[in-house]
Amino acid sequence: MTTGSGQMIDDPAGGIVRLAHNRVRLALHRLAAGRPGAPSLLLLHGLGERAGPVPPASVSGALRMWPGPVWGLDFTGHGDSTVPTGAGYTAEALMGDADTALAHLGPCTVLGRGLGAYVALLVGGARPQLVRGAVLAHGPGLAGGGPAPGSPHIASPRLNAPDGESTPDPLALAELSRDLRPPDYAASFAWQAANLSELPVPITICVPPLIRPEWLAAVAAAPGVQELDLEEAVAFYAAQDPAGRH
Amino acid sequence: MPALDSGAEPVEFPGARPPDRVRTVDSLGLAIAVHEWGDESDPPILFTHGGFDFARTFSVFAPMVAAAGYRVVAWDQRGHGDSEHAALYSWDADVRDALAVLDSIGPDPIPIVAHSKGGNLMLHLADACPHRVSHVVNIDGLPSRRAQPDVADHERTRLRAGELAGWLDHRRGLVEAQRRPGTLDELAQRRARMNPRLSMDWLRYLVSVGARRDEDGWRWKIDPSLRMGGFGPWRPEWSMARLSALGMPVLGILGTQQEVMGWSTDPADVEPFLPPGARLVAVEETGHFVHIEAPERVAALTLEFLA
Repeated sequence: MTTGSGQMIDDPAGGIVRLAHNRVRLALHRLAAGRPGAPSLLLLHGLGERAGPVPPASVSGALRMWPGPVWGLDFTGHGDSTVPTGAGYTAEALMGDADTALAHLGPCTVLGRGLGAYVALLVGGARPQLVRGAVLAHGPGLAGGGPAPGSPHIASPRLNAPDGESTPDPLALAELSRDLRPPDYAASFAWQAANLSELPVPITICVPPLIRPEWLAAVAAAPGVQELDLEEAVAFYAAQDPAGRH
Repeated sequence: MPALDSGAEPVEFPGARPPDRVRTVDSLGLAIAVHEWGDESDPPILFTHGGFDFARTFSVFAPMVAAAGYRVVAWDQRGHGDSEHAALYSWDADVRDALAVLDSIGPDPIPIVAHSKGGNLMLHLADACPHRVSHVVNIDGLPSRRAQPDVADHERTRLRAGELAGWLDHRRGLVEAQRRPGTLDELAQRRARMNPRLSMDWLRYLVSVGARRDEDGWRWKIDPSLRMGGFGPWRPEWSMARLSALGMPVLGILGTQQEVMGWSTDPADVEPFLPPGARLVAVEETGHFVHIEAPERVAALTLEFLA
């Protein structure tokens, strides 16, 4: 057991690695062992979902195609990760969750659903050397709170009645469904990935144009971004380095 | 009642006095520290501090308002002062914590005085819960411009990438992290870099109430996970939209001298967004910490406004 942030503090035989991100204990599920030496894939779930032990059915086909180890991270307040006292969720804090997993796993292709797609974009821009392709797929929480504030609102304990332990934390659902995502802010992460990643196409969008929120439409217009269906996207990044030489 | 300034040696500052009462409010399980000056039966007024500050930075200004017949209720934001350190921080969470403090006072609308980031938080609270706020006094907490360095796009990308990686690296090193210890004078000197206009006597006083003395030296109480220079999708115009929507009386108080923690607000940029009847006052020869540099003037403006 070690205690540094991002380092493993528990690795039971059950397939969950527990990682410390500040005061939160994150659950990282080992979803598939894959071929030894092949590159890793990290799954980020949608709002209210969990990444393991059983990932959402809509990504299981794509995950089966991945040649290397597949990992799934439960965000703060979700699945087997801990619920923080007093909430205060932001997509940026969840980017820190994803970075904590990357600190443990090393370079990964990151597949995100909904909220996880937005976080995959953020961490892809912030850690362009560690994210070997970000696949942005549809799922719960994709739109967040839109590009600008709407009517004023306070996520209230009286409305959400959290019990402090069970997941998903009702306050995670309340706060992260209102998390603001201005298009130019989101696009700046895509530009960073395009400028600083070693990959020529670091981001792949798997959401049809008609149902893209504004932030995702702006990302689609940035350089280094392509559009494929989910299984094609996973196959694309699996083929980037077939020998697994990261 | 928790001990005040546990382990601290008293440092005197003219006009500063400890709160008359200290208590704790539960905000979704998180302990928020509340400091009160004045008679408990007097009409209440809520004081909200700025980022990297704490309630006891009001130690001179609050007693002046209390002496005029108010119960001043000041609270430490999560992770600041004597409030509990949290796993997560967001402005929305701060606003919810403020609502918990308001709930602990009573259901009636009361005046709010707030500085800097606290001023912004309270614009949101007043807009979201106009039935809980009777007046707003905003002290240098009206951001009107984006603080964007004037650099080319590709340079901005690299600057921003460095900021983001720095923030994530900081997050990776947090488990069991502590603030750097030092002597009382060393902490005051560190603080002087952020508060260059404030006297060393005041900063030494701040250390005595905002830091704790451990065996290896003094440490600021603020959560080591908090870091200056945050980032996120926040825009000054969003605060201007909140300001503009307010229906209760509003007084804005601005400093005139730009400094490191200030927001470089130009009154001309704010005026188009003032709600009808609102007043904006610039206090000459003060920086961002107007209520610390000119407590008598800010107290007089506040009391006149409330009267």
